[in-house]
Amino acid sequence: MGSIRFQNVDKVFGASQAGVKVLDDINLEIGEKEFVAIVGPSGCGKTTCLRMVAGFEAPSSGTITVSGKVVSEPGPDRAVVFQQFALFPWKTVRENIDLGLRNKNLPAAERDRLIADALKLMNLESHAGAFPHQLSGGMQQRVAIARAYVLDPDVLLMDEPFGALDAQTRVVMQEELVRLARVNPRTVLFITHAVEEAVYLADRVAIMTRRPGRIKEVLDIKSVRLAENWDRFARIEDVMDQESFVHLRTQIWKSLREEKGAQGV
Amino acid sequence: MNGAPLSLRETLAWGALGALAFVGFWTLITTSGLVPRQFLPSPLDLVQRFFHLLTSPFAGATLPEHLASSFRRYAFGVLLAAAIGIPLGLLMGWFRLLDDIVTPIFDGLRFIAPIAWVPFAALWFGTGIGGPVMIIFAGAFPPCLINAYRGARFVEPRLIEAARMLGTGNLRMILEILLPAAVPSIVAGLRVSAGLGWQSLVGAELIVAAAGVGFMMVQAQGSVQTTTVMAGMLAIGLVGMLIDILLRQGEAWMRRRRGLDS
Repeated sequence: MGSIRFQNVDKVFGASQAGVKVLDDINLEIGEKEFVAIVGPSGCGKTTCLRMVAGFEAPSSGTITVSGKVVSEPGPDRAVVFQQFALFPWKTVRENIDLGLRNKNLPAAERDRLIADALKLMNLESHAGAFPHQLSGGMQQRVAIARAYVLDPDVLLMDEPFGALDAQTRVVMQEELVRLARVNPRTVLFITHAVEEAVYLADRVAIMTRRPGRIKEVLDIKSVRLAENWDRFARIEDVMDQESFVHLRTQIWKSLREEKGAQGV
Repeated sequence: MNGAPLSLRETLAWGALGALAFVGFWTLITTSGLVPRQFLPSPLDLVQRFFHLLTSPFAGATLPEHLASSFRRYAFGVLLAAAIGIPLGLLMGWFRLLDDIVTPIFDGLRFIAPIAWVPFAALWFGTGIGGPVMIIFAGAFPPCLINAYRGARFVEPRLIEAARMLGTGNLRMILEILLPAAVPSIVAGLRVSAGLGWQSLVGAELIVAAAGVGFMMVQAQGSVQTTTVMAGMLAIGLVGMLIDILLRQGEAWMRRRRGLDS
């Protein structure tokens, strides 16, 4: 349970003749409980990769399987956290988290217990009755993460989830996500253009080329993290000070810079 | 709009000035003898007649009684339009097939003025409540349907994606996502419906009714009581304004509650 597999995936937007090819022969496997981040220049199709796993869009050719099943439509086994939160403004925090559970037809007592756990996990207990517009951006994204986690999904799809947050909130949320990954590890596909974020959070980082996007290389972060024991630090800035971290970051930067250079930027 | 924005006091002052000039000009015409009183009553005659009609019956009922009878038909017609138009609009906004089936018929029918239905209303319902209700319905229905439809169609795509990702089925999608998302649009549509319905009402009553403000006006016209006709017009205008003010308040309250306006 909980693996993602891209097999020879192409994506063309528009009619096949005049269409724009955005993804070219994507092959990637994400294992059980593995956290993979995709980084790439803007417009390279990294978000499209995630949207196809979510079932919002279909590949033009090739297949995407999640836990061995070919993806055909959206579903609660693949929970999505959107950059713009996408909370329902007319529902309270509790009701936002509850919707997916009600769709699963769970009994009320069990839903209450699961919601209480999710609220506690994301430190939202005192905001259960609030409406999204009464919360800060960081709080809203906590609700969106709680709404995804509570479904107990096979995979968690995060589309630049911290991109709309200010720098301080962003750091707090990144640390929060690392804490979550320790308490409750999940298979995660994480899209970002922030290199530090990818190195800090991911087990592996896939670097994409500019459009039409291909997977250029995949870097193993986890072995370095374990070897250098980054987990002994509670704070992101201490991890980012490590020579091993700086080295990986620079390597990814150079790789991305080549792509931007090729674009003439 | 050009020019600097005015303060509330200035706006009110200019509004009062306009109204005063209008009434003054009107008084001037009627008192100068330029136009016979029977063709155009003076403002003073009108106000006197209006208050007289509040307590003394004309054409079988006092003005408030006529108004109550009109309002019953009106509420019936508008509620019926909302009860059919809003659900149908939401369904059309979600099910593309239904949209394709209904839209051509609807687009053809909605340009027929409510008054054009009067002959059929008379034929089918006589002077019972059905005729006026049908004409009011014809006036109030299109904005209900169009606004519910647009509200449902233009829901932020991310919210629909989020709901689908959460495993939301069609019924719940319509009731818990499309409907609340469309509420601002639906409420705006209801305001237009209420206005158009009220306008259609009098047209309906001029022809097919045995009571109501419109009926009272037709009876007055028959006996050349122009002041009474005008008192009916005044009542229609005042009630229409009142309905609009109430709905505006409701709309503003809803938007504040939603966090759309502060």
